[in-house]
Amino acid sequence: MHFWKTCKLPLKRFGKLPAWLWGTVLGLFFLVLGSFYGQFDVLWRKAVMICMECIGIG
Amino acid sequence: MMKKLRRMVQIAFTIATNGYAYGFLHGKIYQGSLKYACVPGLNCYSCPGAIGSCPLGALQALFNQQGFQVPFAVLGVFFLFGSLLGRFVCGWLCPFGLVQDLLYKIPLFSKRKRLPFHQQLKFGKYISLALFVGLGSMFLWKGFAKVPAFCKYLCPSGTLLGAVPLLAANPLLRSQAGGLFFWKLSLLFTILILSVKVYRPFCQYLCPLGAIYGWFNRFSLVQVHWEEESCIMCRTCEKACPLALSVKEISTSPECIRCKKCIEACPEKCLHLTLSGKSSASKPQTSFAKCTGQEIKSGDKER
Repeated sequence: MHFWKTCKLPLKRFGKLPAWLWGTVLGLFFLVLGSFYGQFDVLWRKAVMICMECIGIG
Repeated sequence: MMKKLRRMVQIAFTIATNGYAYGFLHGKIYQGSLKYACVPGLNCYSCPGAIGSCPLGALQALFNQQGFQVPFAVLGVFFLFGSLLGRFVCGWLCPFGLVQDLLYKIPLFSKRKRLPFHQQLKFGKYISLALFVGLGSMFLWKGFAKVPAFCKYLCPSGTLLGAVPLLAANPLLRSQAGGLFFWKLSLLFTILILSVKVYRPFCQYLCPLGAIYGWFNRFSLVQVHWEEESCIMCRTCEKACPLALSVKEISTSPECIRCKKCIEACPEKCLHLTLSGKSSASKPQTSFAKCTGQEIKSGDKER
C-alpha cells in the first residue's frame, strides 16, 4: 500500500549513475530486443490498418 | 508566459503527430513507415491524421499475438519516455490531455479539482491498466482472435480522434456503427462533459498511460525540485496546483503532470523545473534570513 501511495522505491540512484540514465539505457536495450524479435513489424501491421475495435465497430 | 508556452507545445505536438491532412479529407489513415514508432501520449493510431503509433494500442497488439511474448518494443518506449520525462508527457505532449485542458477552460460549471472519493478513484487507472490493457488483452477472445480490451471498451481517444473523423468521412464505416460504437460515444461524452467541471478526469482516474508514466515520476530526468529550507509553507502552490497536490507531494507524486503552475505561483521561488533534481536557478535567500536580515551560513543550515 505504501508503494502505491508514494511510489517510493529506492530508485534515485543505482551505483554512480542516476536512475533515469539506467532507465533510458534499459529502454534503448528493450527497443533493440523488440527489433530483434520483429515486434516493430507487428506494431506497424496493426497501426496501418484501421483498428475496428478502436473506432467501436469491431 | 509559461502557461502559454505549455499550451503552444501541446498544440504544436498534437498537430505534428496528427498532421496527415489527406486522411481527414478522405477518411483513410496514414500507412507510411513512421508508424513503426510510438508517440509518447495517448494518440489513437486509427486517427486519420496520426503519423505514429499509440503506445497502449501497440502494447495490446503485442499481447494479442498467439502465445505470450514480453512486449520489449513497447517497454522500451515506456522506459525511454518515462525515464526522461515521466508525466511531463501527460502535461505537455498528450493530445487527449490538451482536449481536457481546453474543456476545463469553458466557464460553464463551478470548477472542481477532484471528484468525491478521489483517494479511492485514483486507483482506477491502475485497475484499468491491469484489467483492460493487461489481462483483458491477453485473455479476452472474440472467435479465434484476442481483443484489445482497453481500445475496444474504454479508450475515449480512439473515439474522438479515430472514430468520429473516420465515420464522418467514410460512409461505409458509418453504416457499420452499432451498439459498441454508441457505448464508446456515450463514454466519450461523459468524459468530455465531466472535463468541463473536473480537471482532467480521464487522466486522474482512468488513463493507464498515466499510471505507467506516474511510476517514473520519482526518478525521471525532468523533475520539480522543492527547496524545503526556503519554503514558508504558505500553500500557494497547493492552491495553484490543478490536481491539488501538497508541496511535499509535488516533487515525487505519481499524479504530478509537471504543468509548472505551482512553480509560477510560488512567492518564494522555492520550486523549480529541473533536470534530475539539480536546480540551475540561483538559490534565493531563505525566508528566515529575509525575516531577520541575517544570512544563514551553509554550515548552520546543514546542522
